[in-house]
Amino acid sequence: MPSKTKKPKASWKLSPALESTAQVDIATRYKNYIDGSWVAPSEGKYFPTKNPATGKKLSEVAKSTQPDVDLAVKAARKAYDEVWSQITPRERGKYLFRIARLIQERAREFAIIETLDGGKPIRESRDVDIPLAANHFFYYAGWADKLEYAFPNRKVAPIGVAGQIIPWNFPLLMAAWKIAPALATGNTVVLKPAETTPLTALKLAELFSDAGLPDGVVNIVTGDGTTGAELANHPGVDKIAFTGSTEVGKSIQKSAAGSNKRLTLELGGKAANIILEDAPIDQAVEGVVNGIYFNQGHVCCAGSRLFVQESVYEEVIQKLKQRIDTLIVGDPLDKNTDIGAINSREQLKTIQKYIKIGIKEGADLYQPECELSTVGSWCPPTLFTNVAQSSVIAQEEIFGPVLAAQTFRTVPEVIEKANNTPYGLAAGVWCDKGARLFQLTNALDAGVVWGNTYNQFDPTSPFGGYKESGFGREGGLHGLSAYLHTSSH
Amino acid sequence: MKRLEVLKTYKLYIGGEFPRTESGRYYTPTGRNDAQLGNICLSSRKDFRNAVVAARSAVGGWAGRSAFNRSQILYRIGEMLEGRKAQFVDELYRQGVSQAAAKKEVEEAIDICVYYAGWCDKYQQVFSAVNPVASSHFNFSVYEPVGVVAAIAPESSGLSGVISTVMPIIAGGNSCVLLASEKRPLCSITLGEVLATSDLPGGVVNILTGNREELFSNIISHKDVNALVASDLSDVDRASAQTESVHNLKRLILHKDELLGAESPYLILDTQEVKTTWHPIEASIAGGGKY
Repeated sequence: MPSKTKKPKASWKLSPALESTAQVDIATRYKNYIDGSWVAPSEGKYFPTKNPATGKKLSEVAKSTQPDVDLAVKAARKAYDEVWSQITPRERGKYLFRIARLIQERAREFAIIETLDGGKPIRESRDVDIPLAANHFFYYAGWADKLEYAFPNRKVAPIGVAGQIIPWNFPLLMAAWKIAPALATGNTVVLKPAETTPLTALKLAELFSDAGLPDGVVNIVTGDGTTGAELANHPGVDKIAFTGSTEVGKSIQKSAAGSNKRLTLELGGKAANIILEDAPIDQAVEGVVNGIYFNQGHVCCAGSRLFVQESVYEEVIQKLKQRIDTLIVGDPLDKNTDIGAINSREQLKTIQKYIKIGIKEGADLYQPECELSTVGSWCPPTLFTNVAQSSVIAQEEIFGPVLAAQTFRTVPEVIEKANNTPYGLAAGVWCDKGARLFQLTNALDAGVVWGNTYNQFDPTSPFGGYKESGFGREGGLHGLSAYLHTSSH
Repeated sequence: MKRLEVLKTYKLYIGGEFPRTESGRYYTPTGRNDAQLGNICLSSRKDFRNAVVAARSAVGGWAGRSAFNRSQILYRIGEMLEGRKAQFVDELYRQGVSQAAAKKEVEEAIDICVYYAGWCDKYQQVFSAVNPVASSHFNFSVYEPVGVVAAIAPESSGLSGVISTVMPIIAGGNSCVLLASEKRPLCSITLGEVLATSDLPGGVVNILTGNREELFSNIISHKDVNALVASDLSDVDRASAQTESVHNLKRLILHKDELLGAESPYLILDTQEVKTTWHPIEASIAGGGKY
């Protein structure tokens, strides 16, 4: 087995700095949120949602089947016909402003629940997920009465009922990315949260009621992939917005074939993070760490392929290992924690499978020594060096804290290597020379390119992929078109 | 004695050259008064693949041209069309269009070329964005060509449909493999001769003639085609395009109405991707430098 360096343990430890869960209110059971009310699933079945850091059950949520989805779609249709399409765009916008404010007011509570349900460090849910979710509502609120300015010389109209299926990596943020633009453009919504992280979406439903959002404008049904498929296949849905794996996205497109449903897909990625020899190395190493270990690597745009120019390779890898050694893997509620719990047992198995493949393929494994809790799901930050371009760990999306490093000599070579993937979601470039940086950002086939930064997100900034990373954009002005019919006057 | 007319051999246009179909097959569509239009190449799957290879090798260079240069070349296409007006009118007439309608269609096609020539260096300005992100970053979204686009010309039209389909694709820096109208292929074939003399790099537009039904599944399942533009597909073909295109998540631009004489920058955006770039801005003096 390749080098797994033993590090001397630090003689001191940070004291735990746990976020208090005192103010958090999680019900023992959640029904579906349909037409403004909590409705029990037709088959009366519920499934547990667990804290991945402890394995303990937090609550249980409805296991929804076709009749439940049908009820939700009908409620959304009724709300579209009778209420949401009748009120003025400005009033629509004002509801969204209200929702944004309510999220801000209860931000800490949402952050804690996000961390409990999904396993991500509280630092991230508190500083990234929840503020961005609120900002997303605030941003799109203001678009509601200005849509004609976004599409010069066009007439715009909402599509109708949007069926939205979201993943478990950024549960509330993805709900905001989907719901805010849909409502601002005048559509109504049925949202299916991810199986393992339904709680913040259900808490969001409470805010919708608090905001006085008319009944049925947003409906939330929980369940697994079969519930999502029911939603995507429902004939009453006019538009499907899906974020998740490329495999599921493709199956959704197939099952929607022949219908007139509009479709946007935000799928997987295998982003290249490229360090050129003149890059500010310390900053670049920090960016690489943020690029792959942010949210345990459960990020579709994670910088999971590292390309380092040969002349600085040794230095970069040495500094990267040093930095990895300092990362704290542990209780997601601890404010010191850098890497939280892996979202589910299943995902942990997938990650471990890929790590085995990497070792078997002959790449060199590096993992820091760290004590992992015996309960819950954990994976230390992992680096593979000596990775071949053809290696499975350099080709397939792992969706975990696993980085595959390769080298290159010339800029054309790294462009070729970075683009040699069916994915095209994101890329990063670290380089001190502006002209060369923009040569690379131009040449990389990716919907989002970070130059001398990584994993930045903003409501005004469109996000979405090239090639098999999906189609359509979320965020910004360009995110509006996914929810509108446009026609000539 | 009456002079013997020199007849034209109708060929394909692939990679800037005029090959016959590798399959050696032909078909003979008929036009006005059921007169045969000629022996037209019945393209094969291999021809389509060759055309995609040509389009792939051309797209980088074409996308890399300056927008202004693309604009001039599209205008040049209009100039060349104008010069061959009589030939296109004659071909449309032979395919059953009245003289007056043929003249109108050709003039309209020329004007569409001029229209899109003008857009090449403007759509980016109109539709790109600088995004005012909350962090200290310069963030902008621009359009980039999606790559190799397969296009199926509307069956009912000899010229207008072809021009309306192809021009927005190449105005945006994509390369294109066009399947001509099966029954009215003559203007598409002649268009190849126009393009070959318009400074348009070989391979940017490739033109095949043949049977749509035969080639359709090859077009939609080809993994190196980034997008498909079509405007008169049957419901069955639409559904199979949506199913088969998932292999590489081809972008499908399936218009419900035939693209005849359509003019819109949004048709350019149909075969574009939005790329967003982030770059940090070093914090200036507290309170902001220049204010």
